[in-house]
Amino acid sequence: MSEVTVRKPRPKHLALNQIRLPLPGIVSILHRVSGAGLFLLLPFLLYLLDRSLGSAQTFETFSAVVGNPLVKLLLLGLLWAYLHHFCAGIRFLLLDMHKGTELAAARKSSQIVLAVSIALTLIIGVKLW
Amino acid sequence: MVKRQPVGAHYGLKDWIAQRATAVFMAIYTVIFAVCALALPELSYEAWSGLFSNGLFKFLSFLFFLSLFYHAWIGVRDIWMDYVKPTGVRLALHLVTLFLLVGYAGWAAQILWRL
Repeated sequence: MSEVTVRKPRPKHLALNQIRLPLPGIVSILHRVSGAGLFLLLPFLLYLLDRSLGSAQTFETFSAVVGNPLVKLLLLGLLWAYLHHFCAGIRFLLLDMHKGTELAAARKSSQIVLAVSIALTLIIGVKLW
Repeated sequence: MVKRQPVGAHYGLKDWIAQRATAVFMAIYTVIFAVCALALPELSYEAWSGLFSNGLFKFLSFLFFLSLFYHAWIGVRDIWMDYVKPTGVRLALHLVTLFLLVGYAGWAAQILWRL
């Protein structure tokens, strides 16, 4: 046996643009992204709650701020983040209890999470807009 | 005698449970909030602040915020632990996160108990 063996370059799956993430993986990373986004915008959300509950005058400020179309768009994004985090979180709790861990069931439930969170975002978003 | 294991398979169990317990409480609160908000006659200051003036609702809302901040602490800490390797930077980010969340808890208490 030769000491030197020709090694094929080992595949390194770190090229994010080349990774084909399966659906449960997409749900998982979106869970993290939505959580991070909600954390980053917590001060803004607390500011809005503060204005909305301060007095009748500050409620006017609140209404003016959330009336801005750009802010509405941002809040729509945060609404999706919250709902996705909520739905995906329930899925993870069920997985923790060993429910739906088979491949087919896991794929199905990740489809449901994506669909339900987007549908709820649209319903609530349209109602509030 | 204190038996504390600094390493091993069960070190993160407390945080793991806390993350899930806070999640369950927040999920239940979310449903309660949605039902109460939908039941509001109108989206005016009187109706909105009236909802939060209710003692039970205020109590549940404050618990929601505490759960949220504890939950966010575990989640954000996990993100720093996954992506930030230099110990000094990671420690700094942990501290900033912790201080922010403790500050938010004070802010949330002030928002609710002013009513």
